[in-house]
Amino acid sequence: MLQVVIVVVKSIVTATLLLAAFGLMTWIERKVLARFQFRPGPNRLGPAGVMQFMADGLKLALKEEIIPTAADRFVYLLAPLVSLTAALIAFAVIPWGPPIHLLGQVVPMQIGGPNIGVLFVFAITSLGVYGPILGGWASANKYSLLGGLRSTAQIISYELAMGLAVTGVLIAAGSADLNTIVARQYRLWFIVPQIVGFIIYVITMVAETNRTPFDLPEAENELVAGYHTEYTGLKWAMYMMAEYINMITVSALATTLFLGGWHGPLLPPELWFLLKVALFMYFFIWLRATLPRLRYDRLMAFGWKVLLPVALLNTLATAVWVATAQ
Amino acid sequence: MADQGQSLVDPYTGLKAMELNLGPQHPSTHGVLRLRVRLDGEQVKACEPIIGYLHTGIEKTYEDLIFQQGNMLSDRADYVSPIINNLCYVLTVEKLLQIEVPKRCQYIRVMFAELSRIASHLVWLGTSAMDMGAMSPFFYTFQQRELILDLIEMAAGYRMNPSYFRVGGLMRDLPPGFSARLHAFLDGFPHWLDEYRGLLDKNPIWLDRLKGTATISLAQALDYGWTGPLLRALGVAHDLRKSNPYSSYEDFAFDVPTEQDGDVYARYKVRMREMEESLKIVRQAIDNLPEGPWHVANEKIYPPEKEEIAQSMEALIYHFKLYSEGFLVPPGEAYVGVEGPKGELGCYIVANGAGKPYRVHVRGPSFYNLQALPALVQDRMLSDVVAAIGSIDIVLGEVDR
Repeated sequence: MLQVVIVVVKSIVTATLLLAAFGLMTWIERKVLARFQFRPGPNRLGPAGVMQFMADGLKLALKEEIIPTAADRFVYLLAPLVSLTAALIAFAVIPWGPPIHLLGQVVPMQIGGPNIGVLFVFAITSLGVYGPILGGWASANKYSLLGGLRSTAQIISYELAMGLAVTGVLIAAGSADLNTIVARQYRLWFIVPQIVGFIIYVITMVAETNRTPFDLPEAENELVAGYHTEYTGLKWAMYMMAEYINMITVSALATTLFLGGWHGPLLPPELWFLLKVALFMYFFIWLRATLPRLRYDRLMAFGWKVLLPVALLNTLATAVWVATAQ
Repeated sequence: MADQGQSLVDPYTGLKAMELNLGPQHPSTHGVLRLRVRLDGEQVKACEPIIGYLHTGIEKTYEDLIFQQGNMLSDRADYVSPIINNLCYVLTVEKLLQIEVPKRCQYIRVMFAELSRIASHLVWLGTSAMDMGAMSPFFYTFQQRELILDLIEMAAGYRMNPSYFRVGGLMRDLPPGFSARLHAFLDGFPHWLDEYRGLLDKNPIWLDRLKGTATISLAQALDYGWTGPLLRALGVAHDLRKSNPYSSYEDFAFDVPTEQDGDVYARYKVRMREMEESLKIVRQAIDNLPEGPWHVANEKIYPPEKEEIAQSMEALIYHFKLYSEGFLVPPGEAYVGVEGPKGELGCYIVANGAGKPYRVHVRGPSFYNLQALPALVQDRMLSDVVAAIGSIDIVLGEVDR
């Protein structure tokens, strides 16, 4: 019974924290982008405009719900939910601190800890791509359809390289359990031996989350808003939440796999984890402020012809290294 | 246009092509351009620009306004570089009147025309970078453009539609303190050009998007009537400022940058170097600015000073005549082409001896450049359409007029 209560409490806390992080992240992104571009950014509501996301959320909640007449109603309404649900679930297995002792129980700082943690994250994030695809198809809008198609092509091209990039870490750690992987990095973060894998992972994680320079599915200047062109109000907000929570998830996974998870001197482990994730989040914004967008065919070529072979080679090299070391 | 009646079904595969309407309200069509694009996947099979959403009847309206008022209309054609439109219009009227403005006026006109060219190129650079998905250059370029608009406002009182050049002279002489402020801009701007280049030129994604994109053969380009930076990107060093100097351009030393490839990247490089050349011209103009009158001494064309009107009966009559009937232009016709930021900007006026023109035609380079768009994007990706539109740098105000 106590176990169940703990899991429920942890789920609620994690989901709430993620959604709060989403709100805060929109504000941080706008503020940092503004700094890159000599603008003040949001500065009206609350200190330094920090409450802006509340106003935005309220506005979106009060928006008229528009469903295109030609849309497939059921799928149209389902699609953003798929995106958001997948984004929220994927984070469940990420350990954001060492286990704590509570009421005589050892409580791990993650909702669930299956020994295939990495695979779980990949499985769920792959499911998440159904959001853009279904949404793009169900909207009965050509821009949305093109956005959905691009999203599919992108995921196919990048998931593989992403998975292979992580395989190096799995081989080096000898486990797919995220807690074990973190524990193995007590002395040396995997970013050092797995630098190639890390670089590939960082590139693919940007592609995975549809962010600049891989933001083709919602390429504003080509496809208006891509797959969410026809979405309004809270349904649109769900897509946005999914995008930002996905950013947090892939950043957290990068932290866990390559940057030693919550390990770090002096500061509390949870804070270390947060700092490392924040570093990646800043990197996302930095990219958005700097880079132009890739072209669709070039993006696929890059994924298949560059990232995939390099990731394969990296896996091979790691396997050989581990085998000879034993 | 050509493929209007064609069926959407491919005769060979039996598959139906997707027809997509880009615009008239679309983030990247730079105004209200509408494109009917036929797509096979993301490959463009046909593209048909549909124009006219910003048609305001500028050419017809000219016929109802006296010549001085017509100047105001020229502002509104290419609203990104209104000053050069002013220049083209006043030069044509002056040609009809057979007058030449004093040297000082000519130099000031050159100075502002080149500032305006830089401003126009900055808009192009910012928006076309934005089309490629790079959002920050837009803010960096508009920040510098703002400084140019401030200079224009300082001289003319207006930022966007200044009408600073008047038939027979200028609206007024340069205000005090202008030179210092202009020099501040001239000294600061090269650094920003380097910044833009640093941000874009060394970026593999940017190069990948631009190189080899939206090419066209020289013969085709000439058939479409391309001029300006687009033609120079194909290796033709054609520049009206050199080949047919007006407003004392022969006094200034500058180069005409050319590129060979004729792709989006070549156009980008030509325009970037043009900004440098324009800077050189502005610097020469302000440093060698002659003293003396800044408008013609003919009171039948250029109104007398306000103080004079209050004291002299004759001046009052001139003023009244100029602002009611306008100056009378001898019958005849004239065409003047100037080197606009987008190509040859021309103005053709037929006068019949009255204070209003009989017919005015504006050769807006954007219109001619836009014609080539279907050829530029044929069989290319949808993303290249945006790149192509950005690279031909159209202003719909000028296309539709």
